[in-house]
Amino acid sequence: MIAALREAAIAAAVAFGLFVLLVGLKTEPGSAGTLILRERFGDVALLCGLVFTGRLLMALWRARRAAVEPGAPTRLAALTGRLGSWLAPALLATALLLPWLPGIGRSELDLGILVLTYVMLGWGLNIVVGLAGLLDLGYVAFYAVGAYAYALLAQYFGLSFWICLPLAGILAAFWGVLLGFPVLRLRGDYLAIVTLAFGEIIRVVLVNWTELTGGPNGISGIPRPSFFGLPFSMGGEEGSFAAVFGLEPSPSHRVIFLYYLILCLALLTNWVTLRLRRQPLGRAWEAMREDEIACRALGINLTATKLSAFALGAMFGGFAGAFFATRQAFISPESFTFIESAIILAIVVLGGLGSQLGVAIAAIVMIGGFELFREFDEWRMLIFGGVMVAIMVLRPRGLVGTRTPTIALGERRKISAELVQEGRG
Amino acid sequence: MSPILELRGVTMRFGGLTAVKDVSFAAGKGEITAIIGPNGAGKTTLFNCITGFYRPTEGEVLLHGAAGTTPLQRLPDHRIAQAGVARTFQNIRLFAGMTALENLLIAQHNRLMAATGFGIGAVLGLSRYPAAERQAVAQARHWLAATDLLDRADDPAGALPYGQQRRLEIARAMCTDPQLLCLDEPAAGLNPRESEALADLLRRILAAGTAILLIEHDMHVVMRISDRVVVLDHGSMIAIGTPAAVRADPRVIAAYLGEADDEESAAGAAA
Repeated sequence: MIAALREAAIAAAVAFGLFVLLVGLKTEPGSAGTLILRERFGDVALLCGLVFTGRLLMALWRARRAAVEPGAPTRLAALTGRLGSWLAPALLATALLLPWLPGIGRSELDLGILVLTYVMLGWGLNIVVGLAGLLDLGYVAFYAVGAYAYALLAQYFGLSFWICLPLAGILAAFWGVLLGFPVLRLRGDYLAIVTLAFGEIIRVVLVNWTELTGGPNGISGIPRPSFFGLPFSMGGEEGSFAAVFGLEPSPSHRVIFLYYLILCLALLTNWVTLRLRRQPLGRAWEAMREDEIACRALGINLTATKLSAFALGAMFGGFAGAFFATRQAFISPESFTFIESAIILAIVVLGGLGSQLGVAIAAIVMIGGFELFREFDEWRMLIFGGVMVAIMVLRPRGLVGTRTPTIALGERRKISAELVQEGRG
Repeated sequence: MSPILELRGVTMRFGGLTAVKDVSFAAGKGEITAIIGPNGAGKTTLFNCITGFYRPTEGEVLLHGAAGTTPLQRLPDHRIAQAGVARTFQNIRLFAGMTALENLLIAQHNRLMAATGFGIGAVLGLSRYPAAERQAVAQARHWLAATDLLDRADDPAGALPYGQQRRLEIARAMCTDPQLLCLDEPAAGLNPRESEALADLLRRILAAGTAILLIEHDMHVVMRISDRVVVLDHGSMIAIGTPAAVRADPRVIAAYLGEADDEESAAGAAA
């Protein structure tokens, strides 16, 4: 108790030092253009009091938790394990039925599309960062390549979405390999810096290559997707989606179609990843994350393994980019800034490196939550930051930090997060 | 003796430092060859030259395997493992977050990968992969049984006790189907009963047709199981022979008692 009080007092003293000038004194423009110094020491006292109580409660709670340490984490683990086993099917069912649920309108569906785009990007990056352990800060570059590939191919060659989608994926994968080659020998921080630079290079090229990409003005009028050749037109004329299926023309048809399209793409990403994880290639990725030197001693070709991870991750990024372009009908380099890479990486890290379910939950919470709190405006960044700090304090390995073995002789038991390497690039 | 591995004048320099100086010897098929020497004698450097983690500055490393003679010094390290040289590490390097069984399956990566049509076929489910995987699991089970780890197969490697981790690393190396197994201090940190079990395991590996090259500090183990002992000191080979002959060699005794420098200066003065 004494120790807790002292800890709280120290925290309050630090808070006082921080806030006494930052909050305590405020300059305001007075009449006749002079500056008036306003004193707000009441607020400082309030803040210090808050810090003191908060720290005290935290110290006491920690002391209590330390006393009941054995047994408590296992109960928590069992609970999350049980939760996890029905959470994934429940999420999938909700995602499948979302457009038909009552109370789901156009804007909710648009939010669903946005969240699913980030789920897909998170799953794509999870291959590179979570499984192969290669820290990639420039993932948005592949998203951009996919988007511009679709936009340019559709504009210049008039190719349809369904032809452009695989082409965009292949092009992004090609750029993934191109990025992969120079960084094969880099690890950790160095790899992060180079991938960061790569992401910026792509964006700068898009901004400056005005003849091809339209520069900062972007590309507009990108063709919208058709239902396998049947356009979603509002007129209901012969050969449109509504006419063929005998429906009343409605703008929501296209939104629902886009929703299912991104759901299918995201599920494809998930399916390929889950399947590859149980196969030699996926196991080699995880082994590479655990220990590269041991991999070399076992005859695993690290060049091929790393490049395949980069290429596959980039390919799904490219698919997502093509989808983004067709949904927005307008793209510009502004959509592909570093903050996008950071958000996608945050989704993967908060969700738990290598965990598909964790990444999906993190994307829903981060993107969905961010949009839901739009009305709180200036508070939402604070809430957002607070949630991130809380997750990292309570679950430093992400929401789902455990690893499920890919094969077992007997029962598959979860491997605790402490044993699993985070990957040093 | 027909050799499995032959070193010809292997020299390794790091800048001005010569870590290994003109070492030539041969390790025989069906034999256990031990490399001993005081700390800093260049044993692990020599090991890294053989297994491709370093490229020797001079000299040749020849593997006389089933598929003819392969010059190892020109191959990248993962090719050396594919050519039939497996190794373990002085500080254990298991995939700690993966189960024992997964560790052994990763060791069979190249064979499994070929069966999946290099990753693509298996995703689509069109391949011979399930049969190949069953076979790989059977082999993993065999080595788990041989190293007495069968009941720990589904436990993460990082959670195993030290002695079991050592054995698992040997099992993993054996799953690459090597012709030569290189062990870097396999008995380090083992208690007498465990090193006895290790000696048994090595004899069984030998009987199954894999030659063994090992670095070891534990002289009891070395003298009991080796067929041939190579002694390194200050990067040079100072003796080679049967354990008994090496033990009686005055230069070896001098190297171990730390009198090598005196002897060298005496020799220099005489010349």
